[in-house]
Amino acid sequence: MARQDRDWFAHAMLGLGVVLFALPVWLVLAGSTQDSDAIARGDLSLVPDLTNFSAYPRVLAHGTMGAQPVWHMLLVSLGMALCIAGGKIAISILSAYAVVFFRFPFRKIAFWSIFVTLMLPVEVRIMPTYSVMATFGLINTFTGLWVPLIASATATLLFRQVFVAIPDELVEAARMDGAGPLRFLKDIVIPVSGANIAALFVILFVYGWNQYLWPLLVATDPGLDTIVIGLVKMIGVETQTDWSAVMATAVLALLPPVAVVLLMQRWFVAGLTEGEK
Amino acid sequence: MERRTVFGGWLLPILLVLPQLTLTGFFFYWPAAQAVWSSMTTQDAFGAGEVFVGLDNFSELLADPLYVASVGRTVVFCVTVSALAMGLALALAVFADREIRGKGAYRTLLIWPYAIAPALSSILFLFILDPRVGMLGRPLNRMGIDWDYHLNGNQALLTVVMASAWKQVSYNFIFFLAGLQSIPRAVIEAARMDGAKGWRRFRTITFPLLAPTTFFLLVVNIVYAAFDTFGTINALTHGGPGKDTETLVLKVYRDGFINQDIGSSSAQSVILMLGVIAITALQFRFMGKKVTE
Repeated sequence: MARQDRDWFAHAMLGLGVVLFALPVWLVLAGSTQDSDAIARGDLSLVPDLTNFSAYPRVLAHGTMGAQPVWHMLLVSLGMALCIAGGKIAISILSAYAVVFFRFPFRKIAFWSIFVTLMLPVEVRIMPTYSVMATFGLINTFTGLWVPLIASATATLLFRQVFVAIPDELVEAARMDGAGPLRFLKDIVIPVSGANIAALFVILFVYGWNQYLWPLLVATDPGLDTIVIGLVKMIGVETQTDWSAVMATAVLALLPPVAVVLLMQRWFVAGLTEGEK
Repeated sequence: MERRTVFGGWLLPILLVLPQLTLTGFFFYWPAAQAVWSSMTTQDAFGAGEVFVGLDNFSELLADPLYVASVGRTVVFCVTVSALAMGLALALAVFADREIRGKGAYRTLLIWPYAIAPALSSILFLFILDPRVGMLGRPLNRMGIDWDYHLNGNQALLTVVMASAWKQVSYNFIFFLAGLQSIPRAVIEAARMDGAKGWRRFRTITFPLLAPTTFFLLVVNIVYAAFDTFGTINALTHGGPGKDTETLVLKVYRDGFINQDIGSSSAQSVILMLGVIAITALQFRFMGKKVTE
């Protein structure tokens, strides 16, 4: 086969792949500009009505079908995603720094007891975690939404790998200059890990934004509905679903995490493939 | 690898690991211990409290045909989702690894679905496959094909498999592409010189060199299909019709929170935890000891 032919084939396959992923999202985007009754009749069209974006202000300001206004859900999701990303990065940097740059009693035990939690997602221990939350009175609180989700080892392991690679000479030089451990952390370690922090931020922001099972359990108060929870509640309404409102909400739900991934794509891809292997 | 130069003192490092250790203790070890304890108790018949019953909950579960069916269903689901999501991602990555025009754009356009929530992917699929409003589902019925995932168990399973796999392709794509790019060009060139053509070159050279990536992704995909798809399935079918799409996580949720059978739900959690621990141990056994180096 000639080179041109092979290229042509690759373009065709990649093009198909791109369409496979873009089409469902395009459909929702187009549907959000159409009339709900028409959609319910089965007249969903792939051509958006560019003169009708009225579903967006409608859901943002008032919500629909008894749900919270969407701006409020977006705020809860944003808060949750930022707290999970920020919280997990902060505690992981500190513990990884301690494990790599110090020798202290029970260091190995501390490391291993964090490491064991690596692969166990919150989904496998929902019931008991829920009852622990109840003990602390954290059911139906914003704190309850995010705090239990930052207790896992992935970020700690990533930072440990990064920190181990920092050359000994750098540590020696810092000590000769009289820099203490906290100063060294702030002036050297955190700046050189900037790309990894950015990558982890993307991964954790998306992870936090997309949570479903945990918020479903721990926050039954509609005032704490995240956008994902609120959206699923909307399609649960069997009769008289306001389809264009559902679609506008779906677009608003996927816009922020997609934007974060696209804007930070360079760090994200490098950080993901270096770190999690 | 151990560092030669370290800072002195022990109070500061202990303060530094304390936040994470505290959180891990409260939200991981305590619940895990509680799960093990609850899995060996049952509610007193008069509602007076917990009674220790040893391993009864476990033997009851393993003798329960509904539980065994859910295990089987979960295995089928995980295998199908992983195979689909990895196969498609590998094919796309092989093409995106070529020196063709616009490859940067293709990459971006294949990476962004990573950001879509599992629960949201099933809402996107609803608008394609729903028998009443779906872009494909409605025409299918009009053509006389009986398509309704609300009523037909096999169609429901097919729908959640497709939605779950669709969401995971971009993650796999990122890793396969990185794996392909780390294969030295010289190796591929040498194979080309020896006359190994397209498919054969891929099968005998490229694919074996991708083995570590493939194995890593297999573990991640199985864990994803087993747990993260709760949102996908719950949003689209609630485990139904009947129990035809009820995987193990949905069953833990239903038995624990809806039916309030805490003993059985905890026993199921313990079994799931043991499963994940086994998979993780397997992974580290085969992936080398990167963590402990």
